[in-house]
Amino acid sequence: MSEGYQATIAGTQRVLDGLHRLGNVQAPSALLPGVLARVGLRDAYWQQDSPIGPVYVAYGEAGISAVRQTSTPAEFEEWYRDRFGRPAAQVARPPRPLADVVERRLGSDVQGEIEIDLRGVSTFQRAVLQKTMEIPRGEVRPYGWIAREIGKPGAVRAVGTALNHNPVPLLIPCHRVVQTNGRVGEYAFGSAAKRAVLEAEGTSPDLLEDLAKRGVRYLGDTEDHTFCLPTCAGMHRRLTEPRFVTFRTPQQAVSAGYRACDVCRPALAS
Amino acid sequence: MSAERRVIEQFDETTADLPRDLALGLDAHFERLVRCYQDRIYVFCLRYTGSPEDAEEIAQDAFVSAYRALCAYPTDRIRALALRPWLYQIALNGCRNRARGKHVRLVQMEGDEDGHSEIEPEADERERPDVVLERYEGTRELGVLVATLPERYRESIILRHIDGMGYVEAARVLGEPVGTVKSNVHRGVQMLREAMGRTANEGSIQG
Ligand SMILES: [Zn+2]
Repeated sequence: MSEGYQATIAGTQRVLDGLHRLGNVQAPSALLPGVLARVGLRDAYWQQDSPIGPVYVAYGEAGISAVRQTSTPAEFEEWYRDRFGRPAAQVARPPRPLADVVERRLGSDVQGEIEIDLRGVSTFQRAVLQKTMEIPRGEVRPYGWIAREIGKPGAVRAVGTALNHNPVPLLIPCHRVVQTNGRVGEYAFGSAAKRAVLEAEGTSPDLLEDLAKRGVRYLGDTEDHTFCLPTCAGMHRRLTEPRFVTFRTPQQAVSAGYRACDVCRPALAS
Repeated sequence: MSAERRVIEQFDETTADLPRDLALGLDAHFERLVRCYQDRIYVFCLRYTGSPEDAEEIAQDAFVSAYRALCAYPTDRIRALALRPWLYQIALNGCRNRARGKHVRLVQMEGDEDGHSEIEPEADERERPDVVLERYEGTRELGVLVATLPERYRESIILRHIDGMGYVEAARVLGEPVGTVKSNVHRGVQMLREAMGRTANEGSIQG
């Protein structure tokens, strides 16, 4: 047997041993929960950066089911099971298309369809949440506006409750709904967080509070004689007085000869 | 114990009843299917792509596809299914599609002070299949060599010697005659051995 042949045998054995070792790998722990979430057998969640710091985002077959800020994964899982009656398992990251759209939604880009799982939500709450999704970034609307827009003008308090139970804060922008008197108000993640998110979107919470304090709920454009909610970008973009007049009620605006802006539909706010 | 024997035992102990169970209740038993095969399928994708991120994604897609297919299959078909080669085929398609859909590039290599070279491929980094086989010692380096073999050698080698599958089943997964798989394995091992040999004997890079 030649030396070269022996070396070949030894080399082959070395390769085969090495290949065998390459097989000693376990699947990442997130693989199974990721699969089960995508086929609808068990929900999954991951940790996501957001304007208010890290949050947990859960998803299942029907889309994003929850956004929540808790201090530990265990706390999130307990909350999730309580709220939805089913478990969620942590994954390192969601499937790429989902990660991308959430990333964009939490940033400045609102493009891209996002599937949100609202199966566990009442018809009324769904109407509230869907209407809330129409509020553009950089603007706010009062609770009373939502109530009127969905055809339940008397349900202002119920709108507040529905938004407080928003399963997916940030993704459905309940932070853009403010008190009917114009103050920033409550938020699922706390009012300081609400101010921070609004600020990140270019809405000044201080300005909102200042207008509220002064009793100003509407602004009228002295040139075209329309009146708007203060943050409406549809027609009025600058608070450059004296081009603007202020109103406390829609009636006051109407009797001064102003008509309601048809972009923000301010008269719907009670 | 040979790799082949190891896999067969695992197969017999945990998965013999699985097709029957899946036919009876897909949702109740699907998690078991994933648990039984996730390591093997993941290893296959990992060694095929050389990228843990890609492998996780392809393996996940493969199981999701499998679930959707099983939903559509009549129970007789599920009962008669040879699950393992079937799952491997789905994963193989995922790996091939990924490899073809992606921009290919050369792995950059730099030597350190000892004359050793380290490869730190980025997540999506892949070598052109025809620019194969730099020489590196050790398991990680062998992994890089495998992931850069031309497809037909790579597929056969992974199934036979990394996953420890028999030739008949490997041929079934690949849709090739057994003889073809054998000769691809043989040639692939030879290429790996030569590449490893160059590592051991020399300090310079040869194409
Ligand atoms: Zn307006």
